[in-house]
Amino acid sequence: MTATADPHIRDYALDGAGADRARALGLANADWYRTEVPRKVLKELIQRRDGPALRDTALWFALLVATAAGGIALWGSWWALPFWLAYGVLYGSVCDSRWHECGHGTAFKTQWMNDVVYQIASFMVVRNPVTWRWSHARHHTDTIIVGRDPEIACKRPPDLLRLVANAAGLFDMVESMRALVLNATGRLSPAEKDFIPESQWAKAIAVARIHIAIYAATIVAAVGLQSWIPVLLIGGPRLYGCWHMLMTGLIQHCGLAEDVTDHRLNSRTVYMNPVSRWIYWNMNYHVEHHMFPMVPFHALPRLHEVLKPDLPPANSSILDAYREAIPALLRQSREPDYYVRKPLPATATPYKEEVAHV
Amino acid sequence: MSDWVDVCDLDEVEPEDVIRFDHGDRTFAVYRAEDGTPFATDGLCTHEQVHLADGLVLDGEIECPKHNGRFDFRTGAALRSPACDALATYPARIRDGRIEIEI
Repeated sequence: MTATADPHIRDYALDGAGADRARALGLANADWYRTEVPRKVLKELIQRRDGPALRDTALWFALLVATAAGGIALWGSWWALPFWLAYGVLYGSVCDSRWHECGHGTAFKTQWMNDVVYQIASFMVVRNPVTWRWSHARHHTDTIIVGRDPEIACKRPPDLLRLVANAAGLFDMVESMRALVLNATGRLSPAEKDFIPESQWAKAIAVARIHIAIYAATIVAAVGLQSWIPVLLIGGPRLYGCWHMLMTGLIQHCGLAEDVTDHRLNSRTVYMNPVSRWIYWNMNYHVEHHMFPMVPFHALPRLHEVLKPDLPPANSSILDAYREAIPALLRQSREPDYYVRKPLPATATPYKEEVAHV
Repeated sequence: MSDWVDVCDLDEVEPEDVIRFDHGDRTFAVYRAEDGTPFATDGLCTHEQVHLADGLVLDGEIECPKHNGRFDFRTGAALRSPACDALATYPARIRDGRIEIEI
C-alpha cells in the first residue's frame, strides 16, 4: 500500500474546480487500460440470453409476492417480522442490481424485457430512470474521476457518519427523493444538466411525476386504511431493506484509487456467497464489469477466469473486503491522498497509472 | 468524389461480426450481417467516440462496448441510449472474395 502525493483539494461537484482539473489533466473521457482478450473468446462471453434473467426475475417476483403475503397474513404477530425482513431485501436491495444490469441492456437478450425490468427496478430503488441511465454512463466513462463521476460513494476525506447511516438508506433515500421531487416540479440540478442531454430533460421530468404520484397514492392509502402496510410494501423497503445493496455496493470502489485510468486500481472484485451473488447479480466481479460492460451478469464468473492472470487477487469474502476498506477509509480521514494499492501477479501487465500521482 | 476502397478478404470478417478498418486519417467499422452481407459505418460511437469494432453484433445491430448504446449498422440509426445521434454509413460490397467500401 502506498499514498499518493496529490496536493489538490478535492471538489467532487461536476461543475466545480475538480471538473476543470480532470479535463485539464486529460482524465475526462480518457483512454482506459483493458486486458487483451482474443476476439473469439470475448465474442463468446458477450453473447446474450434470456434464460438466466427470466429465471431470476420470475423467482424474484414470486418471492416478493410470497413474502409480502406472509407479512400481511401474519400482521400483528412477531412471525410477520422475518417475512418483512426478507421482503425488504428483495425489494430494497435486489432492485439495485436489476436496475443496473437492465440499464446496461445486458441482462436479457430481448431489449423490451430489459426496459420493463429497468423501469420497475428504477422505481423501487428511487432513481429517476432517465437521470440514472446518463449518470451511470458517465460513471463508466470517468470511473472515480473527481469532478466527473456522479456516482462516487466514498468521497475523501470520507464522511464516516454518513456511510454508516446509509446502511439504512437515510441520506441516500432522502437525496434520491429530493431529486425526484425537484424533477417532478420541472427542474433539474446543475449536475443533472451536466450529464443528461437536453433532449432527455422533458422525459426525466415526466417520469419523476409518475413516481411521485405513486408514492403520494401509497401515503394516501396508508392514511385511508390507517395502516403501515402500504408503506412497508412500497417505498419503505428502500429504507429497511437496502442494507445488502449498501453492503455490497460500498466495496465496489471505496478505499481504492481516484483519478486513474485503470479499473484494476479503482475497482474491487470480491468473492461472495451464492445468496449475495444472486441478490447482486454477480456484480462482485466489479473490475471485470468495468473493463467489459458488454459481458452479461451470468458470464462474469467465466470472464473473471479469463482475466485473472492480469488482475490483482480478489478479496476472499465480503468481510475480507471490509477488512481492507474500513482501515483505508479511517486512514483517508487523516490522509485523504491515501489509497489501497494491491500487488499484481507476475503474469499481469503493470498498472496504467501515469495520471495517479499528479 | 467517392472511391471504392479495398478492406480485407471476406473470410476475415465472420458473419455477425465486425472489424476495424483504418484508411488515411479515418476509421471505420466493417460488418457482416448474419447472412454474410457486408456493411460499413463510421468507426466511432457518436456518444463518446469509443470504437465500435470491439462491440457486439446482433440481429443487424451494433452495441457499443463502453456504454451499451446501440445502432442499426445497416441504416446508422441510433436505437438505444446513450447513443442518440445516428452513425454515418457507407456502401459496402463483395468483389472477387474481398470486401470493399465506398468512401
